[in-house]
Amino acid sequence: MHRLSVLVAFGLFVWVSACGGNHERAAYLRTAPGVAPSGAREDAADAKDFPVPPPPFSEGVFPCSQCHADMTPDLEVRDLGEHDGIELHHGPRDRWCFDCHNPDNRDMLRLASGRLVPFSESYRLCGQCHGDKYRDWRMGVHGKRSGEWNGKKQYLLCAHCHNPHAPRFKPLAPLPPPKRPDEIL
Amino acid sequence: MTEHPKTEAPLSSPAESPEEAAATRRHFLQGMAATAFVAACSPLEREAFFQRHFKELNKDELARVLARLSQGYSERFHKQVTVSAEPAASGVLFGYALDLSRCIGCRRCVYACVEENNQSRDPQIHWITVLEMEKAGGVDVMHANAYYDADEVPRPGHFYMPVQCQQCEHPPCVKVCPVQATWQDADGIVVVDYNWCIGCRCCMSACPYGARHFNWGEPTIADAEVNPETHYLGNRPRPRGVVEKCTFCVQRVRNGRYPACVEVCPVGARKFGNLLDPTSEVRYVIENKRVFILKEELGTSPKFFYFYGV
Ligand code: SF4
Repeated sequence: MHRLSVLVAFGLFVWVSACGGNHERAAYLRTAPGVAPSGAREDAADAKDFPVPPPPFSEGVFPCSQCHADMTPDLEVRDLGEHDGIELHHGPRDRWCFDCHNPDNRDMLRLASGRLVPFSESYRLCGQCHGDKYRDWRMGVHGKRSGEWNGKKQYLLCAHCHNPHAPRFKPLAPLPPPKRPDEIL
Repeated sequence: MTEHPKTEAPLSSPAESPEEAAATRRHFLQGMAATAFVAACSPLEREAFFQRHFKELNKDELARVLARLSQGYSERFHKQVTVSAEPAASGVLFGYALDLSRCIGCRRCVYACVEENNQSRDPQIHWITVLEMEKAGGVDVMHANAYYDADEVPRPGHFYMPVQCQQCEHPPCVKVCPVQATWQDADGIVVVDYNWCIGCRCCMSACPYGARHFNWGEPTIADAEVNPETHYLGNRPRPRGVVEKCTFCVQRVRNGRYPACVEVCPVGARKFGNLLDPTSEVRYVIENKRVFILKEELGTSPKFFYFYGV
């Protein structure tokens, strides 16, 4: 009886240690879905976690207060004169400047809550409507994150790839097709 | 050949039978040929010829092999070329994820790969093939077009699916290699030793993804275009007659960098990281997105995941 239990225990041990090898390698296929890593928490959005290059302003426009400091904000939808290069193709037709820009201090953007955010954190503004994209972006899954896969990462602002006034990604010219096998030798 | 019974007798001994004389002569000629071959080789060529299997090299031998290769490449391409043999780190299993809802088929990845990995420009070798398919038909590789050309991509009604080595957990190419010139390293990357490959191309016919490529001709790369930072099992220049493939840019990823195709993609469709790290991009994709692997039914278990990030 005693010997039998020793044998069983030994057998179990061998089996468990034989499984061990595969365990680690295949763990990625087995974790419970939906366990978001800590970086994905809404409240963890801290600018220092998302190092970005400077916002892609058109030449000479920033700070906006250069011109706007002495102007009274005009909420009318109208031809903008100075900014006529901007064509709005973003969401519903009644979208207008002050949905995102801040009338009282033009050098900042304004969230729906009234909180002001700098242009270098414009992702907070975009994330108000595009919450799913914002979540993926923070994880480095929407958009391009560069740097090191096991170290420091560099993010891009939404505006580096999407013109905020007309965000659809523009088509590109493809590089040449490969040669067909009969053209190769 | 059995030992000659009368080794002490002179070669021209009249006591020798005709067969024995023939055998001796053959032995002698073979020896001559081998000696002539070895004498005709430069010391470097001789070392290359007698190099042992990569996995059997001890530290000193490996250092000598790397130095020899680096010297040869540097002379050939007129600039300093380094050859590393950085091993796999423990606790790392590389995985890749590609967002099919983002890729626009621009082929930036194809050419970034060529430049990073020193593929032959002529005859042309590409490790990445971008397939164009009709949205209405879904993923249907049998009717895909790899040769599409257009002024602008994406073309309306089409989507794009880049295919490269899928870094299978169960790689059929490794199984069929008759000389073990290709194997899976501990971090999951399937590598090829170009000094051991005999060019039989068994692996090419075993690979269900068309990911292995053969150097039918002498590979050519302009000196200025050679990437001088190379890895023995990756992007070092290849000779004619060997098979090559994507290694997830082994020379970069074993130094913490992202593969070249990840960095160049203008839409950020390409994701890379450690499958054993729960905070990596690839893990997030697998756990939160719709994911599939190519030709799942073959049981190759690719570590290259296609997903829809929409
Ligand atoms: S570079 Fe990116 S978008 Fe262009 S073909 Fe490659 S994966 Fe697709």
